[in-house]
Formats: sequence, structure tokens, C-alpha cells
Amino acid sequence: MRHFFRRKSSCQVAKDRLKILLISDRVNCSPEMMELIKDDIARVISKYMKIDSENMEIQINAKTGKNGRNAKPILYANIPIVDVNMQDLAANR
Amino acid sequence: MENQIFPEKKSSEVIVVTSGKGGVGKTTTSANVGTGLAKLGKKVCLIDTDIGLRNLDVVMGLENRIVYNLVDVVEGNCRVKQALIRDKRHPGLYLMPSAQTRDKSAVTPGQMIKVIEHLKEQFDYIILDCPAGIEQGFQNAIAGADRALVVTTPEVSAIRDADRIIGLLEANGFKQMDLIINRLRMDMVKRGDMMSAQDVVDILAIPLIGIIPDDENVVIATNQGEPLVGGDSPAGRAYANVVQRVEGREIPFLNFEKGISFWTRVSGIFHRV
Repeated sequence: MRHFFRRKSSCQVAKDRLKILLISDRVNCSPEMMELIKDDIARVISKYMKIDSENMEIQINAKTGKNGRNAKPILYANIPIVDVNMQDLAANR
Repeated sequence: MENQIFPEKKSSEVIVVTSGKGGVGKTTTSANVGTGLAKLGKKVCLIDTDIGLRNLDVVMGLENRIVYNLVDVVEGNCRVKQALIRDKRHPGLYLMPSAQTRDKSAVTPGQMIKVIEHLKEQFDYIILDCPAGIEQGFQNAIAGADRALVVTTPEVSAIRDADRIIGLLEANGFKQMDLIINRLRMDMVKRGDMMSAQDVVDILAIPLIGIIPDDENVVIATNQGEPLVGGDSPAGRAYANVVQRVEGREIPFLNFEKGISFWTRVSGIFHRV
């Protein structure tokens, strides 16, 4: 029975690696560029709410689907919010 | 002659066989698809565009008959006709060899287009064997082509390079790109140790035109300098089907091409856990 519950098949490992590899290949966006985008997004959002810009993450993902080649990539941003009290911020401005 | 019998002859098709990565079977595929089309009675011209590392002549078994080559043609040392080697085994099959002593910069995309335009008048199919890589050799090979066969094997490195090549072909305005998955080993797919044809198609997302099983007969055929298309070996049958599909016929994929048994599916569920 242990045989059935062994590690992930090497085929699955290959597919998982390719999925990540091809997204960054296709997007052709350098890490420096991503950093710049991240800083800009953080600055804009900070105008309206207090965010934890240290721990924010952005990444570009390709939509998976049958028409995979034509699917447009999506930019995901995970931005931890520290304080949503927008009234305060508005008053501060 | 054929023009008189079939006045509405389909205009000639220029197909580039490419892969990005080296050693995945571009030359073998060019030789077999070209030979297979000639066996169907088509007039076919194979062009080896790998300047400096020519191989198609050897795979075709025509290496002893080279006088002039592609570089001689573009430099005007000979006429196009003089560089064409007729394959005596198959009427209508010709090879334009590449130069062994020069490098990729000896030819430009513009010159390739000119040569191909000239050949289009006489041939139904012009098949370009593309060198590995994405540099000038690749640019030369795709310049005159209007259709591509992308060859890959079910490995991470080959698929990654194929994806890059497909992107470059799209950027160069290619509308028709078809995928050939070479050296598939069904036993390994069943064990979960090789990506299946479906896995590769899902990733690369272009139409599949052929699945070639890993077959030792390919090595034997290359040793002998005679493409195995149409023969009785698994790869020979698979290539014959590719040729039919290149011609536009809908041919079902062979058994090994589909086959995942019931038991594999059941055990596959457990493996996935």
C-alpha cells in the first residue's frame, strides 16, 4: 500500500516546473521591473489606506485553459492592509 | 505534367521544421515528412538550412552526391537547379544541401526568400530543416516559410524551448503551427514518469499533428541513410500519419498515441494523492 502513496510522480513534477517556468518566460518581465511596479502600486494604495508594503507580493500568472496561448496573463497583488479607516487618512490629507 | 491533369493544383506550401532545442528530431522529421510526401506523388524539395553543421544529406543517404550547396546558390556560383540533388529512390524528391565549411552569416533572410520563390514554381512542398537556436540560422529558415512544424520531446527543456519558438513564430506572423511530439515512451507515461502527449499539448496549446514513439528503428534507418516513413516500424507508421495530416487529411491517432489503460487510470488516481 505504501507504494501507492509515494512521492509525486516525476511527470507531475515536470508539469509543475514547466507551468512556473513558462509564465516567467512568456511574460518576459525582469525582477527589477516587477520591483518598480510593486513600489508604484504601494505608493498609490497608500494614499487611501495604510498598507504593509514590506509584506506585499505581486506576481504575474497566466490563465490556464484550453486556449492557453491566447489567454492574457493576470497581475495578482497581495497587499496586507494595516488600517482601513479611510476617514482618518482623508482627514490627514 | 501534373498541372495539365489537375489545372487547379494547390499552390506550393513552404514548411519549416523547427524546435529551438537541438537533438529532438528536426532533421529526422524533415527527412521523413519530405520522403513521405514524395511517396504520395508530390514534388518535394528539402532544404538543409543548418549552415556549417549539415546533417540532412546524411540522414537522407545523399552525402556522396553533393556538388553545389545552398551558399553556392545565394552567392551565384551555380544555378538553383545545379544544387538540387535528385533522390533516385523517390521520383519528385530533391535535396538542397547546406554548406559545411561556412557559417550562418553566409546567408540572409532576404536571400532565402528569393531562393524559395524560385523553387515554389517547381515544387508542391518545400521543407526547410531549421538549425537549433534562435539566432540568424533560425531567422533564415523561417523567412520564406508560411507554415511550421514544431518538434519537441516530452522533456522540460525541449518543451520550454518549443514554447519560446512558438512565441517567436507568432511574433513573425505565422498562422499555422503544428506540434510533433517525438520520442514518446508509452511505458514511461503509464508509470507516471513521462509527460503524456495530452500534457504537452495542454502546455504548448497548438494543434497536434503527430506523435512519434521512441523507436530504435529510427537509429537503424539513420545508420542506413534511408528514412523509415511508410515502413512497418512504429515510428514509420507514425510518420506516415503525420504526412497524411500535413496533406490535410483527418487521420485518427495510433493506439500507442492515445493509450492509457484502465488500470493505469486507477493507479494514477492513487499516485496523484
